[in-house]
Amino acid sequence: MCRCLPQSWKRPRQLSPQCSNNRRDWSRSVSAPDKEIISPAGFRPGPDIFKILCQAAAVLTVLTLGWIILEIIEFAWPAIQKFGLDFMTTSAWVPNRERFGVLPFIIGTAASSLLAILLAFPLGVAIAIFLSENFLSPAMRQSIRFVVEMLAAIPSVVYGLWGIFVIIPIVKAFGDWAVGSLGGIPLFSGPAYGNSLLTASVVLAIMILPTITAISRNALAAVPKTLREGAYALGATRWEAIFNVIIPTAAPGIVAATILGLGRAMGETMAVAMLIGNSSRLSWSILSPSGTLAGLLANQFGEAQGLQVNSLMYAALILIGITLLVNLLGEAVLRHTQKQTAGIR
Amino acid sequence: MQTSKETVVKATAEDGNPPGRPDFLSVKDFNFFYGKKQALYNISMDIPERQVTAFIGPSGCGKSTLLRNFNRMNELIDGVNHSGDIRILGKSIYDKGIEVISLRRSIGMVFQKSNPFPKSIYENVVFGLRISGKPSKADLDECVERSLRGAALWNEVKDRLHESALGLSGGQMQRLCIARAIANRPKVLLMDEPCSALDPIATVKIEELIRDLKREFTIVIVTHNMQQATRCSDNTAFFYLGKLVEYAETQKIFSNPSEKQTEDYITGRFG
Amino acid sequence: MDSIATHALDFFDGNHGQNSKAVARSLTNRLLSGLCIVLSLLTMVPLVSILFLLLKNGLPLLGMQILTELPPAAGMTGGGFGNAILGTLVMVAIGLSISAPAGILSAIYINEYSPTSRLSQLVRLVAKLLTGIPSIICGVFAFAVVVTTTGTFSAYAGGMALAVLMLPTILLTSEQALLGVQSAYREAAYGLGATRFQTIVRVVLPDAFPAIMTGVMLAVARAAGETAPLIFTALFSQFWAKSLNEPTASLSVLIYNFSTVPFPHQIAMAWTASLVLVAFVTLANISAQTLFSRKY
Repeated sequence: MCRCLPQSWKRPRQLSPQCSNNRRDWSRSVSAPDKEIISPAGFRPGPDIFKILCQAAAVLTVLTLGWIILEIIEFAWPAIQKFGLDFMTTSAWVPNRERFGVLPFIIGTAASSLLAILLAFPLGVAIAIFLSENFLSPAMRQSIRFVVEMLAAIPSVVYGLWGIFVIIPIVKAFGDWAVGSLGGIPLFSGPAYGNSLLTASVVLAIMILPTITAISRNALAAVPKTLREGAYALGATRWEAIFNVIIPTAAPGIVAATILGLGRAMGETMAVAMLIGNSSRLSWSILSPSGTLAGLLANQFGEAQGLQVNSLMYAALILIGITLLVNLLGEAVLRHTQKQTAGIR
Repeated sequence: MQTSKETVVKATAEDGNPPGRPDFLSVKDFNFFYGKKQALYNISMDIPERQVTAFIGPSGCGKSTLLRNFNRMNELIDGVNHSGDIRILGKSIYDKGIEVISLRRSIGMVFQKSNPFPKSIYENVVFGLRISGKPSKADLDECVERSLRGAALWNEVKDRLHESALGLSGGQMQRLCIARAIANRPKVLLMDEPCSALDPIATVKIEELIRDLKREFTIVIVTHNMQQATRCSDNTAFFYLGKLVEYAETQKIFSNPSEKQTEDYITGRFG
Repeated sequence: MDSIATHALDFFDGNHGQNSKAVARSLTNRLLSGLCIVLSLLTMVPLVSILFLLLKNGLPLLGMQILTELPPAAGMTGGGFGNAILGTLVMVAIGLSISAPAGILSAIYINEYSPTSRLSQLVRLVAKLLTGIPSIICGVFAFAVVVTTTGTFSAYAGGMALAVLMLPTILLTSEQALLGVQSAYREAAYGLGATRFQTIVRVVLPDAFPAIMTGVMLAVARAAGETAPLIFTALFSQFWAKSLNEPTASLSVLIYNFSTVPFPHQIAMAWTASLVLVAFVTLANISAQTLFSRKY
């Protein structure tokens, strides 16, 4: 017997008795007239113009980054040719004599960002822990979350304005006291200025706090419940569980948060430009004015001419380089952490 | 609009189904691969017109894979290929002159988990019509009523056609998906475990619907539930590990199977 | 041996509460919790301070005059920043008209058309890198491309800088929005014989629309507050802009300029402008999250 042909087709079949007659209240509609099931000419959709459009947009996005870097290199080229790598190691910035060196600004960028991280890191991680555990009511946690989000939404220039009227006096007062009592330490050597590295760093810290908090919170939330429960089952108190189990597991994510916060701090322009004093003098003290690459650009670009413009573009190139590197590093660490916790259930 | 052809068809429908083509949908020496892994081995079968054919077998034995090849849905996955042929009304679905879009519009598919679009009930049903032309409002309205009646859903939703489809119950959503699938008047209706996510009452309604629908459509249904196969289908094909083990009239498969494997599966010795 | 297990047994011996080690641990626990709460409350301080000063210093001048008139000359009182408000809106709109289509179409390409291709992976990486570019670099770039070729500072240049700023945000949030559309919907559409284009336009985009709009609003909120991209692309102007190809005022640049001059009226205007700006940004953020919800 042919296996592939059911026997039933040979004779007409009776209506299946299970079909209930009383459900035939709808008008009997017939299948579409017997046209070819698939028309031979076929339905040929034309080339997907939309796809080409989207692809063009995607290519444009990629090219934008390259274009930005290329344009800046093009403008920076005369300065690169003239100064070479010495640009990054000399300290003089004298436009009228065409002597340009950005070392103080590189140091200022690094110093302000690192100091900001030093201040923001403990606070940010503490808040992240607080938000991911449940010591207090959801209402309190919601309001803290709201506060952090609002801090993130405030524009940089408003932070600058606020910093001028609130932070500068505070830091000046602190600075005067510090010079008096700690003046021996180079870090706190006087005189104490209002517009100083410390002022800018304090405000920077507040500005990058939301970044650190958000990413750390994600890292802490990604710690599998099973690990947490295991610690408690062994009799650990909440904080023992946090320090011994949860933080170590979330550590790479918290590191990523810190690196990305660092990247943000380095690129921050307005608040820093308004508070740091924009000096090209190198100094050990955090109480004296300093300068950052971004601030340099903000202050001088508008009225620069000739070689100064090229030098500023060179400085911009260095700034891009630093921030890109730091962000690449942060992203790489973040991706690594996502792979790590993926395996644990 | 009444034409003489319609009355003729109606007349014969009262007496019993006109004999349809036995090889309405035919599979010839079909092998299918996901990358390097072979999923179907040398399948050959003829599926008759206007009857319900059930594919049964344990999980992973290839029944859904074969079903999804009938409307070339598997081609949406990267790295698949096949050898052999599948034909509808004698014409290969892999023919160069055939556009896949056109094929899929001629075949309706209902999925395991009902997936109505996040749109209104009305828009769900007319989706197929809208993508294949510029239908008038009258066309759309007619289509909606016809399809929803065909899916036995009209009375339940006729007063809320423009409300969200996601507000329906599970069984209603699956019937909506059936209405959507038959809206374009396909020849074949493919159903991939349509009742597995539904409660028993909804399942009964859909099984009744299937028995009604086969008057118009050729139906192929994949099911895990052997009792469902006995209730709904005219023919049954048993698959195991990618091979077609036995294919015969449902009555015969379940009362007097020829192959031992079939018998073992049906009596529950494995699966 | 001071192990947790030993202390656990103490509990069963009826020794709980009297073991000094356990008491110390419990105390540490409570201290740290307290510290955490204090630190969290500390974060409220800057925000409260900022909001308080914004209201205290900014409200006095708030009124129709300041919202509709032109800035006064240095040292004079009166006037307003109407042109700055208009300038901000215009430049954000210009930026949006470039970055929204570019970002959304790119997201459609990398999510719907070829999610695994090398180009798509590159786009994702580049988008993430672009979010890290300092906003001043966007200004430098727009300067190099627009200002030098047109020979003038302009709203176009400012808009271009803002476009570069907004593009990666819109792209990444749109990609997330598209990912949020259930693949079951796409499968159903393909099963009905829809082309890719039809599936995207009729099924995916309508479902992802609220989330895409949210992303766009968030980008707008950010761009409205930015200063660095504008200070040497659009510069500033004391007058109503007669064309888009001339220096244009903006709220953020006004705040920057006025906060460092020694005139109390200008400083007061800076505070009021800050109040208006923060209010706008907050409104944009809130509406981003509440205004757009799924229709079905």
